[in-house]
Amino acid sequence: MKKYGVEFIVGIFVLIGTAALAYLAIDIGGLSGGEDDSYPLVARFDSSSGLKEGAHIEIAGVRVGQVRSIVLDSDSFESVVTMLIDEGIALPEDSMASIRTAGIIGDRFIKVSPGGAEEVLAANDEILETESAISIEELVSKYIFEE
Amino acid sequence: MANDQSLESPGVVVGTVCAIGRSAINAVQQAGRLAMFFVTTLSRLFYWPFPFAEVIKQIHFIGAKSMPVIIMAGLFTGMVVALQFYDALIRFGSVDLLGSVVALALIRELGPVMAALMIIARAGSATCSEIAIMRNEQQFDALDCMAIDVYRYVMLPRLVAAIIAVPLLTAVVDVVGIGGGYIVGVLIQDVSYGAYIGGMVDTVQWNDVRMGLIKSVLFGAVIFCVVLAKGFYLHIEQPVSGAEGVGRATTEAVVLSAILMLFTDYVVSAFLL
Repeated sequence: MKKYGVEFIVGIFVLIGTAALAYLAIDIGGLSGGEDDSYPLVARFDSSSGLKEGAHIEIAGVRVGQVRSIVLDSDSFESVVTMLIDEGIALPEDSMASIRTAGIIGDRFIKVSPGGAEEVLAANDEILETESAISIEELVSKYIFEE
Repeated sequence: MANDQSLESPGVVVGTVCAIGRSAINAVQQAGRLAMFFVTTLSRLFYWPFPFAEVIKQIHFIGAKSMPVIIMAGLFTGMVVALQFYDALIRFGSVDLLGSVVALALIRELGPVMAALMIIARAGSATCSEIAIMRNEQQFDALDCMAIDVYRYVMLPRLVAAIIAVPLLTAVVDVVGIGGGYIVGVLIQDVSYGAYIGGMVDTVQWNDVRMGLIKSVLFGAVIFCVVLAKGFYLHIEQPVSGAEGVGRATTEAVVLSAILMLFTDYVVSAFLL
C-alpha cells in the first residue's frame, strides 16, 4: 500500500508536468498537429523585406493564417510567398495581398483585402494583385531628393 | 619543516609550475572520469530488464517532492520579472508587450535555469551525499563482490529520473511563472488581459518552447552526471575520507554542477539562436 502511494504521487507529478508542457507547446507555442485545417495560396511580391516565415495573415485585422515559406524566384527575381489560410475562408479571385507593418517598428504581416469577384481562390492558386513592403527609408529619400 | 622543504622543494618558480601542471592534470582527469562515468551509465540503458521501480522511486524524490519549492520559485520569478519589465516598459509606453517579454524570458531562459538551480540545491546535493556515504561505507565494493552492477542499479535510475523530471519541473516553473506575471501585470498593475495573454500567444513560437525543453533535458543530464560522479569517485578525488570527505564532495558537486549547467545554457543558446 505504501508503494501504491509513491506511484500515485509520481503519477500526479508526471500528469501536472505533462499538462504544463502541453499548455506551453500547444496553447502558447502554437504547435499544431498538422496543416490539415488550412490551404496554401501563393503571392508574388517585388519585395518582401522584413517578412518572416510564421508571420500573420490578417483580413480586416483578424488573424486568418500564417506565412509558410518565402523563396526567391530566380527567373523574375520576385519573392514568392506561400501562405496558409484557414479552411472555411473563401477568398474572391481579385483579392489583394499587401505587406504591412504593425505600428512603426512592429512585425511585418500580410494584409489581405478581399475583392468582389464571384470566383473564389482554390488551394495553390495565386493572388495576382500584391503590394510590396513599404520601406520608410525609401519614402524618406523620395521626399528629400525628389522635390 | 624548513629543513624538509629545502631538501625536497625545487624552488619557487619550478614549484609554481609544478602546481599549475598538477591542477591541469587533475582537471583533465576529472573531465575524463566524468565522461567515462556518463557513457558507462548510459550504456546500461540497453540492459534488460530495466529497473523501472527504482526510476519511479527516484522521480518521486527528484520530481514530485520538489514540486512545492519549484512552484514557489516559479511564482516569485514570474512576479519579479513582470514587475521589473513593467517598470521598464512603461517608460516607453509599451506595457502591452509585458506578456510577450515575461513569457519569452521564462520559457527560453529563466524557467530552465531556475528549475535546474532548485534541483541542484534540493535533490542534487542530497543525491551526492547519499552516493558519497555509500562509497564511504564501502557499499559499492560490497555490491561488486555480489556481482551487482552498480551503474545499472544505482546510477542509471537516478540519471534517467533526472532526465525525465527536470523538463517536467521546468514546464511547471514556466506555467506558474506566467501565472505570477499575470498576477502582477494584470491584477495589480492593470495591464489589459488581452494584451498579456494575446501578446504572449502571438510572440512565443514552438521554437522557443523547444529551446527550453532541450536545455532542461541537458541540464538534468549534466547536473546528475556531475553529482553522481562526485559521490562515486569520493575515494579518488578527496584527500580525506569520512564525514569531511562527504561534505567536501557535496560542496564541489553543487558548485561544479551549477557552473557546468550555466555553461551548457550559454552553449545551447548560442547554437539554437
